[in-house]
Amino acid sequence: MQDQHKAPVYEALLKYRDARIVPFDVPGHKHGKGNRELTEFLGKSCLSVDVNSMKPLDNLCHPTSVIKESEELAAEAFGAAYCFFMVGGTTSAVQSMILSVCKAGDKIIMPRNVHRSAINSLVLSGAIPVYVNPGVNERLGIPLGMSASDVEKAILENPDARAVFVNNPTYYGVCSDLKKITDIAHKHGMAVLVDEAHGTHFYFGDGLPISAMAAGADMAAVSMHKSGGSLTQSSFLLIGGSAADFGVTEGRVRAVINLTQTTSGSYLLLTSLDISRRNLALNGKEIVKKVLETASYAREEIGKIGGYYAFAEELINGDDIYDFDRTKLSVHTRDIGLAGIEVYDYLRDCYDIQIEFGDIGNILAYISVGDMWKDIERLVSAMAEIKRRFSGDKTGMLEHEYIEPKVVLSPQEAFYGNTQMVPMAESAGRISCEFVMCYPPGIPLLAPGEMITEEILDHIRYSKERGCVMTGTEDMEMDNIKVIA
Amino acid sequence: MELWFSEPHTPDVKMSIRINKQLHSEQSEYQRIDVFESPEFGRFLTLDGLMMLTEKDEFIYHEMITHVAMASNPDIKNVLVIGAGDGGTVRELTRYDTIQNIDMVEIDKRVVEVSLEYLPVTACRLDDPRVRIFYDDGLRFVRSKEKQYDLIIVDSTDPFGPGEGLFTSEFYGNCHKALTEKGILVNQHESPYYADDAKAMQRAHKRIREFFSICRVYQVHIPTYPSGHWLFGFASNAVDPLEADAERWNSLGIKTKYYNTDLHKGCFAIPNYVKELLEDAK
Repeated sequence: MQDQHKAPVYEALLKYRDARIVPFDVPGHKHGKGNRELTEFLGKSCLSVDVNSMKPLDNLCHPTSVIKESEELAAEAFGAAYCFFMVGGTTSAVQSMILSVCKAGDKIIMPRNVHRSAINSLVLSGAIPVYVNPGVNERLGIPLGMSASDVEKAILENPDARAVFVNNPTYYGVCSDLKKITDIAHKHGMAVLVDEAHGTHFYFGDGLPISAMAAGADMAAVSMHKSGGSLTQSSFLLIGGSAADFGVTEGRVRAVINLTQTTSGSYLLLTSLDISRRNLALNGKEIVKKVLETASYAREEIGKIGGYYAFAEELINGDDIYDFDRTKLSVHTRDIGLAGIEVYDYLRDCYDIQIEFGDIGNILAYISVGDMWKDIERLVSAMAEIKRRFSGDKTGMLEHEYIEPKVVLSPQEAFYGNTQMVPMAESAGRISCEFVMCYPPGIPLLAPGEMITEEILDHIRYSKERGCVMTGTEDMEMDNIKVIA
Repeated sequence: MELWFSEPHTPDVKMSIRINKQLHSEQSEYQRIDVFESPEFGRFLTLDGLMMLTEKDEFIYHEMITHVAMASNPDIKNVLVIGAGDGGTVRELTRYDTIQNIDMVEIDKRVVEVSLEYLPVTACRLDDPRVRIFYDDGLRFVRSKEKQYDLIIVDSTDPFGPGEGLFTSEFYGNCHKALTEKGILVNQHESPYYADDAKAMQRAHKRIREFFSICRVYQVHIPTYPSGHWLFGFASNAVDPLEADAERWNSLGIKTKYYNTDLHKGCFAIPNYVKELLEDAK
């Protein structure tokens, strides 16, 4: 047992500061003295530890001292065999997972409702996706988790697949039967990779779905900066206990991470990971308890308004909603005649409240230990007001978030294929070479290699009309799209 | 030995009152509560170090936050008071026999308890049978009310702290919904003088205007508040305070120290720079 009170990177930075080292190395702002405006804005304390790798502070690319110790402490706190500190976001962690396991032509089984970072890594590696359709909840119109039996079917049909990729929980809080999926995949010699971006808190506290490491998964990408409290862009990549049996070793993963990760890892990000891990290890249980109370109070109050549906564990069906993350405040808005994105915009424009995202039929408000009760009251009251002032008729509103894709080419073939730009409106029947998605949540409506259909074009038009921020195409206005020539 | 209470009114301006002794100090669930005794102002209450009231000048605030609305519509029967844990606003309201019910919503029970113990001057009528006290968040309380109150008085702290939610669009919208057709909303409207207070005043005015067609601001002079120049907001969709029936109010025979029906008209006359701030509040 290590001492979770320790925070080696943080302690090394304090020592560095106390030693009053004279910097003749980068960064050139030299503890902030060379950039007064920035120092005034971010604070002297922050700039004084924005430093480069050096012997007493270790090196992220090849950790041997304080970073290594911090990574080992994090690994223990999360029940992992090893933990990599990541400074390129969970995107980089997801990509490193896939690149560690799949080379060009390898198959990987995954749900289609993954974050774009997962499909991006297929473009990079040349791996071939075998998509498992997620379940869809008819009332909410949202994609769910993967049913274990669907995963088993995909495994039996593709015995040569290298890995199974699971998105757990989804942005909305839906969990698959991770333990069962892991057992089936392992039985067939496949590695299990988990995008656990929204599940950092699963490792702490009671009454939450099972974490990837506890389920026996081989790798997990954990967004410490989401529910873990660290700075934006900092993240963990965890390696599971039996990972070596499936070709995943610490050395190999580090080599893959170093292909694309910066050699100037930010110590602001690293120390935020260190301090946040310590806080979770020592106080995680209490924190999770408070967040659960807050979220459940908010759900109850939103329920009293009427019209909105703040969904949670009552959806659990033992299959594609095997479990639900009750810290998520996901609310279905279509019954008051407003798209989620419209409620999202009203909250910000009329009430100065910024929530995580709004899509066609739902919103997600991110609840964390930083929330104060009076802010929850504001959110609930603002939602009551939005219903009173702006609600309408729901006829004619689009119902589904998820359209089953028609995959024609691998993402890499399409991305690097012989392409031409065509007007979006005339692109039905062509093969897309680009992504199209609302961001957030960043789950592609179209990915490279997929057939463009009228249904997808309708969905894009509708999302644009309702005010979603559409991204993914080279054309910033998204009037045109690149397709296979 | 000299003991002084000081409150920064801006980062560069400070007001100090010499005190004889501190009568009470505690950190409640919501804020720090202190009661002092001073030679000049008598006892006074501070929340998070900010002056709430003194025995000597509280009559100005409490008379003006109630009588202007009561004179504008003497038929008011059902009143909601938000904040006001010291009891001063309720004390003034209980002077009207025509009022049938006063709901007071205070988030911090300790403010009421401390006031009952140390500030009988303001807390003296909290036991009136028409008064119901709810310990709840004002925003939460008003959320579920519809066409219920003839008058809502928002007697809140500043918009930085527990009172923040009472300066928001969602709150004013909910108040609008909770008021009867001839309903009136009166709120503590901050000060126009120092920049931060003025910004809060503008924001509040802008948001109230979204829900009420008659939005007026009136001024009072409170020696212990920042700059001494303080504003209240008067909002309604039916009642214009400038058309108040002076005779009718005077016939009630309510004896006041600050408010009178001439001042009622005069307090709505505001300086040009304040008018401009209000017009610019977009």
